[in-house]
Amino acid sequence: MYSSISHSKPVPVADAPTWMLRIQNKVCAGFPSPAEDLGAQRIDLSKVLIKHPQATYLLKASGHSMVEAGIFDNDILVVDRAVKPRHNHIVVAVVDGDFTVKRLYQRAGQIKLKAANPTFADITPKDGQEIVVWGVVTATIKQFGT
Amino acid sequence: MYALVDGNNFYVSCERIFRPSLNGLPVVVLSNNDGCAIARSNEAKALGIKMGAPWFKIKHLQESAGLVALSANFALYGDISDRMMSLSAGLGPTQEIYSIDESFIGLDGVRGDLVERSHKVRSRILQWVGVPCGIGIGRTKTLAKLANHIAKTAERKPGTYPDHLAQVCNLEALSKQELEAVLAATEVGEVWGVGRRISKQLMEGGTKTVLDLMRMDPATVRRGWSVVLERTVRELQGMPCIGLDDSPAPKKEIATTRSFGHAVMELSVLAEAVTEFASRAAEKLRRQHSLAGEIMVFIRTSPFRKDPQYSRSVVIPLLRPSADTGVLVQAAVTGLQSIYRSGYKYAKAGVMLLDLQSDRVSQGELDLGEGDTIDEATEKARLMSALDTINMRFGKGTMKMASAGLAGDRRVWSMKQERRTPAYTTRWEDMPVARA
Repeated sequence: MYSSISHSKPVPVADAPTWMLRIQNKVCAGFPSPAEDLGAQRIDLSKVLIKHPQATYLLKASGHSMVEAGIFDNDILVVDRAVKPRHNHIVVAVVDGDFTVKRLYQRAGQIKLKAANPTFADITPKDGQEIVVWGVVTATIKQFGT
Repeated sequence: MYALVDGNNFYVSCERIFRPSLNGLPVVVLSNNDGCAIARSNEAKALGIKMGAPWFKIKHLQESAGLVALSANFALYGDISDRMMSLSAGLGPTQEIYSIDESFIGLDGVRGDLVERSHKVRSRILQWVGVPCGIGIGRTKTLAKLANHIAKTAERKPGTYPDHLAQVCNLEALSKQELEAVLAATEVGEVWGVGRRISKQLMEGGTKTVLDLMRMDPATVRRGWSVVLERTVRELQGMPCIGLDDSPAPKKEIATTRSFGHAVMELSVLAEAVTEFASRAAEKLRRQHSLAGEIMVFIRTSPFRKDPQYSRSVVIPLLRPSADTGVLVQAAVTGLQSIYRSGYKYAKAGVMLLDLQSDRVSQGELDLGEGDTIDEATEKARLMSALDTINMRFGKGTMKMASAGLAGDRRVWSMKQERRTPAYTTRWEDMPVARA
């Protein structure tokens, strides 16, 4: 409230409101923190792995047909239904009412599902059989027993 | 202008996302305790199965018609609802979540072709989430609800209405002639808020179609029936009368939700809001003499802001169906604590009571020391009725629950259900499997 002009006699600062410029940043001596401008937050895995939260479901892979694509038994598949399936995408498809994960082959009007393991045959739709792509696999999560 | 976005046969559609083999089959979802059909696929409707049909009466259709019956899986429906609602919100600037599968969207200020825009939102919900829905657009909520009925019926039963009204129906975009033809083809009982009794009276008096009802004089309706029916007639005539809170209660579940005036970040503030929502929902529940078996809580940020987005819901099953404010508030706040993440600007929260059943029928069970004894239960019922009386006489919220210290006592129980599908999206162990 008081600012001293001379040591002997304190006088009040003006009663009327005074305009002040408020500055948020601290003024520091030494090196400025390189993190200040970023407002850094801890990395959030679900933000990194899930682009479309409303469209993303998690499924568990069961089997060995995709090992050469890096998908092993019990891996978790991040499946994004907002992504438009294209040739060479790894997809979850519905074949005879069941979910299967395979690589989508879509060339010259032909559609098939290719395994990433030479011991498994391709799935080509037979007459009356329908292959519906349910979603596109955008990531897998592998957990190690600890 | 309002749009009503409503999931088709919602519970069945949720089940079909993860069990595509159910597509094309007659499927019903059964309520938890009394075992009657609370959702039916189109194929099940075609078999003549009525809403609320008891399981024992339709059981024989398993053998004869390949009927599949599932127990309600509210954990799944809650999560799918949450996804659908947050995409529906993209249709317009305001949203009122009316039930687990329906929300009204305010369309004021939305430019461009509303039908085209609605088709886009509809196909996004179908592609992204996996649920088909119908969208009805009208000048009032009653008209939007009616338009929704037309959109769904036109899709399910081709020929009943003009084909171009299937899936999305905007009554405002029709010519007068076409509009009258559509209204004349719709029975008066389909109008929102016109119950079975009133619709019978109206029919007997010669008011058979929606067009007939719309042409009635509101003053005559008020004298002959009620202010409520008068309001409905005015709404049909295009005059908005139904605000946020006085919509007729949905049959399947009770929802209380609200958008906050300004963004809320703290758990304590959300807990207060959720306590109030649960209390009000419990009041509505008791007024209609029902008990709730499960309770859903959701919180979400605004899709119209550039802030980080978060939207989550959780469904808490109750040990036994209840209409006790204390039990419901406690479950709701426990649920809130489990979904709350700090650092987000929340714009909306809500509570929904699910798996409603009559309070006349209750299942006897062994007291395992967890719940109330019969005497305590009677005492509680008297306490609740006193609470309602006081609040009715002295105004809403005169007496309420002091929501505090709930964290320590997590009363979350589950119920045995024979035909329930796994909680695909809410339990790690229940994740659906894809063959590799």
